[in-house]
Amino acid sequence: MSTPSPRGAAILGGNRIPFARSNKQYSEASNQAMLTAALDGLVSRFGLQGEQIGEVVAGAVLKHSRDFNLTREAVLGSTLASSSPAYDVQQACATSLEATVLVANKIMLGQIESGVAGGVDTTSDAPVSLNDDLRRLLLKANSAKGWVDRLKLLGQIRPDQIVPETPQNSEPRTGLSMGEHAAITAKQWGITREAQDELAATSHQRLAAAYDRGFFSDLVTPFLGLQRDSNLRGDSTAEKLSTLSPVFGKGPDATMTAGNSTPLTDGASTVLLASDAWAAEHSLPVLAYLTHAQAAGVDYIHGGEGLLMAPTYAVPQMLAKAGLTLQDFDFYEVHEAFASQVLATLKAWEDPAFCKEKLGLDGPLGSVDRQKLNVNGSSLATGHPFAATGARIVATAAKLLNEKGSGRALISVCAAGGNGLTAILEK
Amino acid sequence: MSDRYQSFALSTIGNVLTKQVGLPQPPKLARYEVGQPVVSGPVLVGGAPGGRLTDPVVSLLKGLDADVRTDVPRDGASGDGPSDKHVALVFDASGISSSAKLRELYDFFSPVARSIAPSGRVIVLGTPPEDCTDPSQRIAQRALEGFTRAVGKEFGKGSTANLVYVREGAEWAVESTLRFFLSARSAYVSAQVVRVGVPGSAPGQPVARSAKAAPAASVVEPADWDQPLAGKVALVTGAARGIGAAIASTLARDGATVVALDVPASGEALSKVANRIAGLSLQLDITAAHAPRTLAEYLSSRFGGVDIVVHNAGVTRDKTIARMDESKWDMVLDINLSSQERINDVLLADKVLKDGGRIIAVSSVSGIAGNRGQTNYATSKAGVIGLVDAFAPLLAKRTGTINAVAPGFIETDMTAAMPVFVREGGRRLNSMLQGGLPVDVAETIAWLASPASGGVNGNVVRVCGQALIGA
Repeated sequence: MSTPSPRGAAILGGNRIPFARSNKQYSEASNQAMLTAALDGLVSRFGLQGEQIGEVVAGAVLKHSRDFNLTREAVLGSTLASSSPAYDVQQACATSLEATVLVANKIMLGQIESGVAGGVDTTSDAPVSLNDDLRRLLLKANSAKGWVDRLKLLGQIRPDQIVPETPQNSEPRTGLSMGEHAAITAKQWGITREAQDELAATSHQRLAAAYDRGFFSDLVTPFLGLQRDSNLRGDSTAEKLSTLSPVFGKGPDATMTAGNSTPLTDGASTVLLASDAWAAEHSLPVLAYLTHAQAAGVDYIHGGEGLLMAPTYAVPQMLAKAGLTLQDFDFYEVHEAFASQVLATLKAWEDPAFCKEKLGLDGPLGSVDRQKLNVNGSSLATGHPFAATGARIVATAAKLLNEKGSGRALISVCAAGGNGLTAILEK
Repeated sequence: MSDRYQSFALSTIGNVLTKQVGLPQPPKLARYEVGQPVVSGPVLVGGAPGGRLTDPVVSLLKGLDADVRTDVPRDGASGDGPSDKHVALVFDASGISSSAKLRELYDFFSPVARSIAPSGRVIVLGTPPEDCTDPSQRIAQRALEGFTRAVGKEFGKGSTANLVYVREGAEWAVESTLRFFLSARSAYVSAQVVRVGVPGSAPGQPVARSAKAAPAASVVEPADWDQPLAGKVALVTGAARGIGAAIASTLARDGATVVALDVPASGEALSKVANRIAGLSLQLDITAAHAPRTLAEYLSSRFGGVDIVVHNAGVTRDKTIARMDESKWDMVLDINLSSQERINDVLLADKVLKDGGRIIAVSSVSGIAGNRGQTNYATSKAGVIGLVDAFAPLLAKRTGTINAVAPGFIETDMTAAMPVFVREGGRRLNSMLQGGLPVDVAETIAWLASPASGGVNGNVVRVCGQALIGA
């Protein structure tokens, strides 16, 4: 039996709503409303009203229990055909990159002809749940026999049980926030405050310039009156950022500030993928193809590795399979959870000892040309609605390759839990 | 946006009160609804002896299953009940070859003037004066304009009066125009003079031999008059709201696939418009240097070209010229006029606009009459008329057309923001005693965009309810 040769998974475009800082413009918007808006913008851009899409795959990190079928509900509320099947995925900050890979894989296998990948997150409309003790009491009372037993149980409710549980931005196994984890890594790798502020300022300046030249005209659709990412400060400079006080890490040598870390953000993004045949049938030009993907995990609890360092492991594995070197790319899209995490990643790839001992390579992967890194800004400027970031990056990288006419883009996204996901786009 | 005075005047008490005091009584205008017949009621057709248009018009009306009457009733009215009033009076004046024979107008219209139904239609047909070689004929044909416009002001009750000059040899190309002016689609179009030429020609220009030889290419009778734009691709700029959104909706209703374009900042509303009409949203700043090229590539790659281009995007930045800073001047001229020229140049040079294509530019009554505080806007909108004049011969060569519509007072967010007295003045100072609606502009554009309107080239049609300003 011969294996059918996989088909290409074409990226045709994307749409997202501008990202908003937490509790600002989208404070009243639910995940479902934002994902539906992002989908509807994609539909209007490509004229897909009433179209049956092979599969719509998206997810959210912070999710109400009622949103168990979030993506399917968003599809039903959108102008896509209601017969478009959908499912949810969740892989923390890598959610919508993982959704993209899943859609691409099914296209390559011939299981679907078209697909939409996406993600959404709100830190404003966050799920607040009942205190666990109270929840257990109520469940018991519900199954109790008779009023007397029920009243007895309800009599056990204590004032401290009224306090609800709110989602924490921390690792369940360490109790440390992601920022605190990143601060440890920054210290390990000797990432300076100046380098972080420089990277953050560059991200803002490049994103603003990209908006000004109309780069996002066919990638972003305004929502609730917001036209650009509300975190964006086009006039940001390293000097201005240097005045901020550190928020993560301890002591006088703490380097991570609110300016060189991503803020809590609300937003949604989508990407349209298809087979070549479907694209041709719909007269839609192909921007790029997703050709490789690689996930990795690190042991940040006992293994002494940084929480956000998984992509440094995923990339060399992916390069080996693709037969490429780290320098064979025209664009590098490294998700900026924190400026220090980007810089630690780059430094690790340049480090002979790390590459040999940790990655098992003969020599270092080498340097990344900074002029090719996040050329239109990244999460430090756009903000980072966890599940929406991957699809934002995929659409941006695909458009960059299409503008250039040919080439490769490397995508790297770190995620909570010591996860990392990377991918290669080619044109 | 609502006209509260009109609602009041139409109420029982308001009707009595406004009548007693002698205040204007704006009628409720009949507007087109999908599936509506072109005319429903008796149509009276008359003509001066020797006219060449009566027969084609009568047969056209009969094709519409209209109740066509050719005898002027003795007592003027066609019957007793109001339902028997004439919904349209059509007069073929092409046979009038001297001023003495203008008496035919009086003889036809005087007895039936009171028989016109509310929202009735008066259509006078003639020969373009510039085509007349005989001076007496030219004088007489020119005189028709004054008559038609005066009727527009006299008949009232939401009726319209329009003059259609039909070139000799173009009798067969007149159907889409007659359908438009007879129907409720032309609710707010009155006192207009429209020229229907031999397709492939421009007004005042000699008819090209090639146009005579192969006229069928530029006038295509639609298979379904309710979907005349089926299979066509239309670009509408400034489509996120107001008149542009209405144009997009109306062209989509008539069967076109609409590319709705607006600036990225209006993308949210634009996307909703596109999804409502199963069209496409295109966020693009038309003044950007790369815009014409981007647009041409988009239309070519997605659709292999475009059939209909509606240049609707426009802005106002009002100030008297002494107080106007130069940025206001530059911005208005660039958006309203220069960008249209740049886009046309690319679309025409690269043949992105298909043969038989339609360009419709949105001008303004302000561009015809001028307006205080609008030197920039009026200049740009008069320039749009110049654009039509300049390009009409070129489009004719490609069996296409270019025309402009010039809206008067249309009820939009823009007019709602006017000071109350200026707004009330704008609303009432026309023969309809009310502002028009965005859909009135859109319907006019849909008529010009029709594949059956290949004979309508180089026209400027006002959608102003016969505004008292701007002629």
